[in-house]
Amino acid sequence: MKRNVFLLLLAVILVAAPLSFIRHSEFGGTDDKAEKAIQAIDPKYKPWFETIFEPPGGEIETLLFSVQAAIGAGVIGYIIGVYKGRAGRRDEAK
Amino acid sequence: MNKWKLALLVCCLSIYFTFSSSTSTFAMHIMEGFLPVKWVIFWWIIFLPFFILGLRSLLRVTRKNPELKLLMALSGAFTFVLSALKIPSVTGSSSHPTGVGLGAVLFGPLAMTVMGSIVLLFQALLLAHGGLTTLGANAVSMAVVGPLVAYGIYCFGMKTSISQRLIIFLAAFFSDLATYVVTSFQLALAFPDATGGISASFLKFVGIFAITQIPLALTEGLLTVIVWNFLCTYSRHELEQLRKGV
Repeated sequence: MKRNVFLLLLAVILVAAPLSFIRHSEFGGTDDKAEKAIQAIDPKYKPWFETIFEPPGGEIETLLFSVQAAIGAGVIGYIIGVYKGRAGRRDEAK
Repeated sequence: MNKWKLALLVCCLSIYFTFSSSTSTFAMHIMEGFLPVKWVIFWWIIFLPFFILGLRSLLRVTRKNPELKLLMALSGAFTFVLSALKIPSVTGSSSHPTGVGLGAVLFGPLAMTVMGSIVLLFQALLLAHGGLTTLGANAVSMAVVGPLVAYGIYCFGMKTSISQRLIIFLAAFFSDLATYVVTSFQLALAFPDATGGISASFLKFVGIFAITQIPLALTEGLLTVIVWNFLCTYSRHELEQLRKGV
């Protein structure tokens, strides 16, 4: 358990460090930057297919990403809980 | 952890933070419409056999050991969470980990091909992240090569005397990194540099990707080991069953 807390702390530091080291950035990471990089190599290239559904606005996109993470985290928590309960019962049976 | 290891870690991190403040970049899946048609078809053709084999592998596992379904759901959920987390990186841009390493180590690389593809489909349809036309290419990088690398490292590592936790960490780390190396390769193939050709373009893309992805891959490695620790404590039974072969 102690080891897990240590690992988790290390992970948090890894995520937080860039935020404190780099001040003048918005940490964008998405599509228009990719667009620019590709356009720099091949200025004539035009995307030939559009996304069918695009979340209307950044807030909604954030919502959908959170939903994705929440579903996953819920499932993980549930399953580990099941395993833990089962392991506890097995110990009692012994 | 002894003093020297800690000193080495601090040293590496400081070198890393000193040299990595390059310009902002992108590091995600290839966006909708951003691969020329012939490459779209090419990567779909490569991807489909793996997907079909993956479906067969999943069905075989669940039919033979129905009690492993829960563990399978866990690996799927882990990918779901990690690929939803956009994490800031030292390059001043964000990217997300893949989370396919855990499942690949548990169930083999093919099973994770299906899981990874489902995540990619979800993101392409609902989040405008990645895309349907580029799904083949993105799946090859994240759901085929990533798990293969994780599984390869795991199999190789288990033959050595390295501690199991470290093997799991390395498997997750390199599968994450490999995913984005493949993405750079795919972009380089589709957009070769005018003067330097594919290799120059590849170096450009991979230079960007690798640096952004390194801290995320480390984070993914740590998180994977945490879940692995839980599994070792509470579900020995399943892990032993998997080791016997599925």
